[in-house]
This record gives sequence, C-alpha cells and structure tokens, in this order.
Amino acid sequence: MQLTLKVWRQDSPTDAGHFETYQATDVKDEMSFLEMLDAVNENLIEAGREPIVFDSDCREGICGTCGLMINGQAHGPQKGTTTCQLHMRKFHDGETVTIEPWRAAAFPVVKDLMVDRSAFDAIVQAGGFITADTGAARDANEILIPKPAADAAMDAAGCIGCGACVAACPNGAGQLFTSAKLAHLNLLPQGQSERYKRTEDMVETMELFFGSCTNYGECQEACPKEIPIDFIAMMNRDFLKSKLANRKLSGQKH
Amino acid sequence: MSNVVLDSKVPEGPIQDRWDNHKFNMKLVNPANKRKFTVLVVGTGLAGAAAAATLAELGYQVKCFTFHDSPRRAHSIAAQGGINAAKNYKNDGDSVYRLFYDTVKGGDFRARESNVYRLAQVSVNIIDQCVAQGVPFAREYGGLLDNRSFGGAQVSRTFYARGQTGQQLLLGAYQALMQQVSLGRVELHTKTELLDVVKKDGVAVGIVTRNVTTGEVQSWSGHATLLCTGGYGNAFYLSTNAMNSNVTAAWRAHKKGALFANACYTQIHPTCIPASDESQSKLTLMSESLRNDGRIWVPKKFDDNRPADQIPEEDRDYYLERKYPSYGNLAPRDIASRAAKVVCDEGRGVGPLKNGVYLDFSESISRLGETTVFERYGNLFDMYERITDENPMKVPMRIYPASHYTMGGLWVDYNLMTTVPGLYALGEANFSDHGANRLGASALMQGLADGYFVAPYTVGDYLAGLLGQGVVPTSDPVFVEAEQAVRDETRRWLSVGGTKSPEYYHRELGKLVWDYCGMARDKNGLEKALSEIPALREEFQKNVRVLGSAEGVNQSLEKVGRVADFFDLGELMCRDALMREESCGGHFRVEHQTDDGEAQRNDEEFSFVGAWEWNGDGTAQTLHKEQLVFENVKPTQRSYK
Repeated sequence: MQLTLKVWRQDSPTDAGHFETYQATDVKDEMSFLEMLDAVNENLIEAGREPIVFDSDCREGICGTCGLMINGQAHGPQKGTTTCQLHMRKFHDGETVTIEPWRAAAFPVVKDLMVDRSAFDAIVQAGGFITADTGAARDANEILIPKPAADAAMDAAGCIGCGACVAACPNGAGQLFTSAKLAHLNLLPQGQSERYKRTEDMVETMELFFGSCTNYGECQEACPKEIPIDFIAMMNRDFLKSKLANRKLSGQKH
Repeated sequence: MSNVVLDSKVPEGPIQDRWDNHKFNMKLVNPANKRKFTVLVVGTGLAGAAAAATLAELGYQVKCFTFHDSPRRAHSIAAQGGINAAKNYKNDGDSVYRLFYDTVKGGDFRARESNVYRLAQVSVNIIDQCVAQGVPFAREYGGLLDNRSFGGAQVSRTFYARGQTGQQLLLGAYQALMQQVSLGRVELHTKTELLDVVKKDGVAVGIVTRNVTTGEVQSWSGHATLLCTGGYGNAFYLSTNAMNSNVTAAWRAHKKGALFANACYTQIHPTCIPASDESQSKLTLMSESLRNDGRIWVPKKFDDNRPADQIPEEDRDYYLERKYPSYGNLAPRDIASRAAKVVCDEGRGVGPLKNGVYLDFSESISRLGETTVFERYGNLFDMYERITDENPMKVPMRIYPASHYTMGGLWVDYNLMTTVPGLYALGEANFSDHGANRLGASALMQGLADGYFVAPYTVGDYLAGLLGQGVVPTSDPVFVEAEQAVRDETRRWLSVGGTKSPEYYHRELGKLVWDYCGMARDKNGLEKALSEIPALREEFQKNVRVLGSAEGVNQSLEKVGRVADFFDLGELMCRDALMREESCGGHFRVEHQTDDGEAQRNDEEFSFVGAWEWNGDGTAQTLHKEQLVFENVKPTQRSYK
C-alpha cells in the first residue's frame, strides 16, 4: 500500500515547526507503524535528507518510550495499543496520515516528534515511592494483602508513563498518570504511613506542570493500558483528606 | 601485554559460609566518610537503579547516567515471566541449595559455583525488599504471595506480577532511585550516554559521556564506576531486545582493558513471533508459559501448504513430544530452540515465509474449554493478534526462536569488579552467574541481587582503601584526551559521507552473526564469518552515511557508534565460539553432539571461563582462562528425555 504522510518537523524547542509531506511506498500490512517510519527514514537518508526524529525503544508496548499523535489520536486508531504495537493493516491504500508529537504544554518538543516528558519524573520524585531502604525489609509473607487489593494496585501500577493521557486531554492534564501511581501505592498496606504526604506532594507537583482535570475522560480512552479514571476520583478524595490529615500531623503549619 | 591474572577472589571455606565470611572480612567505610566518595552508576535497569539507590541510602555521593529520557525506560521493564527466589513458601522442597544446584546445572556447568550460591542466598532478601517497596506481586486469596513453576523447574519458586514482572520490579527500583534523587543524594543524568571509560595509572577514574539532546561531550570523575548496561543480544540485529539496547558501554570498557568473557554464550528463546519481512525491526517474545498448554508441531511432509486445520493428525509431527517423551513441549529453551531450527531447515516450517512452527491450543481448548484457556493466556493471545492479525483460539500460533539474553559479558571477580580496578559490571553486563545457559526467571533475580545486595558491600570494601584520596579532576589530561577522542570519533562519522544508513549495516551484520553464530555453529561457518565480518566492517567504515551535526539530537550518530561496537563484538562472538570446541548450553557446535543430537560438553579441556583481552583495532584478542572448579555440584550430562 502507499500512504501520504504529513509529518511535523521541528528543529529545536524554539523552532516554530511545520508539516512536511512524504510518500511511504511498499507499506505492508505486517509492518508496525514505527517500522513504516523506519523505512521512510532509510529512504530519506539515502536521498541525503535528515531522518525524522521519533522516540521508541522496546517496541512491545511496555517501556512507554514511543507515542505519536496519529490523525489526531494519541497512539492512533486502535484501542489499548501503543504506537509501536499498531500495525499498518489498520490503514488503507492511498490514505493520508497526519503524524504529530504529543501536544501539551508540559511536554515541550525536543525535535520533530520527540518530546520532553521529564515532568512525569518530577511527580514521582515528589512522592511516588514507599520509603524502604535496602536491607530493612521483613519477611515478604508477613504482610498479608487481600487479593482484590493487590489486583487493584496492579491495575494502577500497569501505567507505562507514555503520556498519551496528557496528549489526549484538552486541558493537557496529568491526572490519570498521577492518580495511577498514587492508587498503586495508596491501595497497599505498605503505602499507608506515607499516604497523605505522598498524595499532597505529588498532586501539588503535578499542578506545577499540568492543566486541570474537567472530566472529559479522553485520557482513559487514549490510555494504551486502559487505566480507568476511577483512580482520579480516588486521588481527589485522598487529596482532600490529605489537606486535613497533613495539617494535623504538621501542627497546623499552614 | 599478557600480564593479566584472572583472580576470581572467591573466599575460602564451605560454600554456605563464603558470602557471610566475606562480608565480615570486608573493610567498612564509616558513615561520616561515605559522603566523601563519589560513585558513578551507568544504566538504570534493575541492576543500575538498585545499586544507585542503595549506595545513596548508605551515604555515598552517587551520579547516575542513562541514555533514556527516564530511568524507567530501561529494558528490564520488558521481562514478562517472573523472578525466582528460594523462599520455599510452597513447602515443595525448595531451598537455597536447590536453587544453587538448579542454576549450576541449568548453566551446563560453566558458571562459578561461589557466585551462584550467593545469588541463591540473597534471592530471598530480594523478594522481601520488593514487597516492602510496594511491588504488587500476585497474591492468593488469603493474602499470601503466589508462586508458579517456571522454565522446567520442579518446584514453584517463581514470584510474578501478571505478565509484567520486570516492569513492576523496575518501577520499584526506579521509585527508590527517584526518592534518593529527591533527597539530593543521587545526581541523575538522563539522555546521557557513556562513550568512554577513563583510566589513570591503570585505575578507572571516570567516564566520558555525550548528551544525546544537546550533543555536549562531558567528563565525570568518581572513585568507582559501575557499568549496569545490559546485554548484547542486538548483535544479531533481530532480537527481543529494545531498539536502543547496545554493547557500547561494556565494549568501550573492554577496549580500556576490561576482559570480555564467554561472548559466545547467547540464549535463544524458543517462543517468539517469527519475522514477517525484511523491514522487521525487532522480534517479540511470547511467554514461555504458553508451552504448558500448547502443543508444538510441523507438517510431516515438506512444503505442505495446506492450512493447519486441513492437515490431519497423521500428517503432523509433534517433534518435541516424539524426541523428548518425558519433557515433551516443556523441554529447556536451548533444546526446544534447536529442534525448531532443525525442522525449519529441513523445509517443514510453516507460515508465509516457512520460518515458524505451530504452537497449537486446540487440544487444550477441547479439554479445558475456551474460557479457561483464554483466562490463562488471553493477554498473550491479544498481543499476538495485534501483531499477526491471527487469533490463536482459532488458528495455531506460529513461533520461532529469537535471541533473547546474553550470558557472556565483562569478566568480573567475586566482588563484581572487572579486570580494571575501580570498574564494576553488574547484571546482564557481566558474565558471572548463568554459565552457558540461563534459567527462566533468573535474570531479574541476578540484576537485583547485584544491585541491592552485592555491589553495595563490595564497592565499599574497595572505597575504604581510597580514604583521603580525592577524585581525579576532569581537567586532568586523561579526561581531556578522552573527550577529544570522543569528539574526533564523532567528527569522523559525520564526514564519511557514504550512501547507506547505520541501520542498513546493522541489519547486514546481524544476518552474518545469526547465520554463523546463532543457534548452531560449526568451524567452517565461524571461519567464514571471521573473514566476512571484517570485510563488511571495512565497507561500513567507508560507506556509512550519517547526516546532521554533532550538536543537538542526532539518532543516526548515536546509532553508528553502537553499530561499530557490534562489529567488533560480533567478531569476538565468532572467535570465542570457534575456540570453544564443545557444545554447552546456548553454545551448540554441530561437530560436538551426541548420537541423538544433544550438546556434548568437553569438561576435560573446556571447563573454563574464556576471557578475552583487547589488543587494539585489527588485532585478535588474547584468550585468558579461569578454570572452573566444581566442589559441590558434580558435572553430568543434562538429559530431558
């Protein structure tokens, strides 16, 4: 099949950027979307033109490195699927495909289709952990965790940090990502002692970078791991509680 | 310069006591002095993130480097199956000694006993540590941890988090690391790739990196440097490794004097999705657990083009069940992989390119029902369908072996130190614990053992001897020269002005390495590879095209240096395979097999670690041998009949 690609090219974070049009020829159904771009890049190099910069690594849908807006949809048309796992059989001959980077204020474009998602690391750094220095742990089976709690924590922990939720959100909000990490840790017994401090610190750090949630629900539609927005409700409740709990703990410092 | 002495520094005494005695005998650094030491940790996978976090908790100044945009992207994240630990929670007869025994045997008696024993010992601490961090392992209804048996083990010792165990363990280590970053004890440098290791007076004093966003070349000095940079499976081009996984850090260390051991020990995983065409960029693994309920077969006839459902039972060859009646479809990875290659080479492969074998669930579906089978493997079936557009509930899966893990790596002693003082290698980057073949669910165990529980002790022992010494300043000529060499190298690649992309040459190299040094090797093929690889390298150096500049993002520039190192490594893999005139684990020399086609070891002559010393570009490496001593597990012929 043959496709016309409209690809966003941007030299640097400060460059204005523009679309360029390329022809992708000999595209086969079995190719992944990124393999199709690989082939376009090899042709560009042979023609002496700079290849399109895009991020990818594991190409099995788990590392969270890849992510493109494909015809305006984060990770493209297939539900529950990362860009690297999207295959060309989902497109048809002669189609024009528009490819853009994640569009969000918190994710500045580095070059072409590559963005900077370090804001996510800042949120985790603010509290996305359970303090447990190496060596101090007690026997693993001394902590009983009911299966439903462990399963729910795992549902949330499956987040790959790709940023599709932010890219899909009209507000560029980071709620789904933040709430997934909070739910993972806040649902477990090990996570209780830092629960409210963690929640307050992570949410407030999130708000330094990201827009606000107004319940569009686009994030859960775009999420390649199909993480539900229920976790956002849980985060909001814990955040409210944290405002009371943390005041008490800190001796009314605010 | 063959003054290298391979001293494994294995402690004396009964094997059960060695690690404890060693820990007691090691020098300590008092808490107030720890902050005077700087440790560089390169790589943020399981080994790197765990080591960086733990060293920082202890009080050392840690600088941590990854070429990814976040530590969480490291390829440890893709491990599916699980992590072994000798907890014996199932009361089924497991013990530290049994895990040790299984690992030595599984490695086909080519691993160092003392290291393996320590690995089995600390395996139990790893699970405790990970649970404390909040890793959501699978649970039973009573709230206790669930276990399963994995990779042919006769006990249930594998802990798992759905099919995403690597992801959850890595996120645990990453979160511990980010906490240390927040406390100011770890200085994290993302998008920063190691391009050289710097030595002064024979000792590792730091590294040179290139920032892959800005192109800035920079030096970093430390009292010790830990390479936690993964394996080299991408030498085959097509593998289950991530696109960016590479050997560069280990290789540049090798070129600076660190010996590289057992390069030919590579693991081929039997259940991957076959390549569909030339444009394929990587292969995807399907969890080995599928072999529990799937039956593997090919048509009996050559070039049988009928669809699977039109091939009657009598025309099917369930070759694993035929050849290995007792283990059947659960035969170990190396054996199952070679058997698939044999039938495909005979012309009995299936699929459009005749490059796969069937993994058929129809019998399980009729025995257990669709619901049960889908409950067990649904997520894998969905993944398979996304890639192939075929539903394994209706049509048998097609699978073929692919490069998955590399047991070889930088030679390290018992302290995980390479032959360069002050330079350590952890996790898949070293050679130490898996011998010639790694058992399922043991890679995660080793990465975390090295990072959480081994290196933090042994590095301290080394640092204690450096008390009072500052780091070598990055203005020192050794750094200035190394930086200049990196810049010159970059400029050279940009000025070749050839016609083909680095990707093209990687693919061509991969075909050579796979054809001659893949699942089966022989003398003629390896000798052929040793003449063809240098010829291709010469073409690569003259005809590769790297566009753009040294400043800013340039993915071709990142790639070209990695491909150059894969050329050198591919050559060493072949040289190592040619030297090793025996078959063992993942290394199968067709000249050395039993009458019924099994690997035949030669313990008399080859019970050693083959560690190679770099002698400069264009000169063959020198072989050094570390004899392996088996005091506890007696080497036997593995049999899975």
